[in-house]
Amino acid sequence: MMEVGLPHYLVVSAILLVLGIFGIFLNRKNVIVILMAIELILLAVNLNFVAFSAVHNDLAGQVMAMLVLTVAAAEAAIGLAIVVIYFRNRGSIQVEDVNLMKG
Amino acid sequence: MIPTILFYLFAAVLIVSAAMVVSARNPVHSVLFLILAFFNAAALFLIAGAEFLAMILVIVYVGAVAVLFLFVVMMLDVDFAQLRGGFQRYLPVGAAVGVVLFVELAAVLGGWKLAPDTKALRMSPMPDGMTNTEALGRILYTDYVLLFQIAGLVLLVAMIGAIVLTLRDRQTSRHQSIRVQTERTVAETLEMMSVGIGVGVKETGILRPKPPEIKEEAHAPAEHHHGH
Repeated sequence: MMEVGLPHYLVVSAILLVLGIFGIFLNRKNVIVILMAIELILLAVNLNFVAFSAVHNDLAGQVMAMLVLTVAAAEAAIGLAIVVIYFRNRGSIQVEDVNLMKG
Repeated sequence: MIPTILFYLFAAVLIVSAAMVVSARNPVHSVLFLILAFFNAAALFLIAGAEFLAMILVIVYVGAVAVLFLFVVMMLDVDFAQLRGGFQRYLPVGAAVGVVLFVELAAVLGGWKLAPDTKALRMSPMPDGMTNTEALGRILYTDYVLLFQIAGLVLLVAMIGAIVLTLRDRQTSRHQSIRVQTERTVAETLEMMSVGIGVGVKETGILRPKPPEIKEEAHAPAEHHHGH
């Protein structure tokens, strides 16, 4: 068991998650900061996993957190690759300029 | 007592630096605050007893992901001040959504309790007298080997995807053109000549090997231009 109670961890990770979502709204134009906000959200998820894993004395949560870590790294790599080729083609990374597919 | 104090310290720094990530003017500062946030999250993991994950967080996030972000932010020649526009416009919406979400999360947090039989439902209880890393290693390659392989596959796909996306077909590189090679026929490489007795090779006007004809064929320039 851990010395710090579970609610403390849950509150910290809830604040982290809200900050990440707030960051997506706040930086609507800058894709790079949006990607960083997504990293924050995934970090909050990991914190939840680890906290519950510690409370239950169950290692499955930590294995799952490793998977989340993997997915976050893959997502950052692909996202940044897309940003780089988008900048190469259009000379801008403004989210509002992304209209090639007329979505 | 000391872990609790440390928890509050690290949690406070984590939240402040997360707030700075989303609100910093300069994206380079955002990345640096992201690194600080990751370090503090790793400290929180340590307090929770997940030592291996804490180290992985520092290595993977700080060592790879944050440096990747830093590279991209510094390489792209973007006017970041211009990207800041609309900050005030989106602030109320973002704050409203954030407050609503936080209130909902707090409601969940308030009226929530563990099921009575959680102890029996554990998938892989922590063994005693073993370090966290050793215990994780014992289950990662046995009970969770499928998950482990899938994680490897995700990373492989991400690697191939990033390479395919950013690879540029430079015109200076000398690719092997397989189409040209397989389209070669006997007629353009072999020629039957009747050579008189005692005539030198020079006089017949044949030179072997054939001097290469300069063909502007290379690879068609507009073949693949990243989705244009």
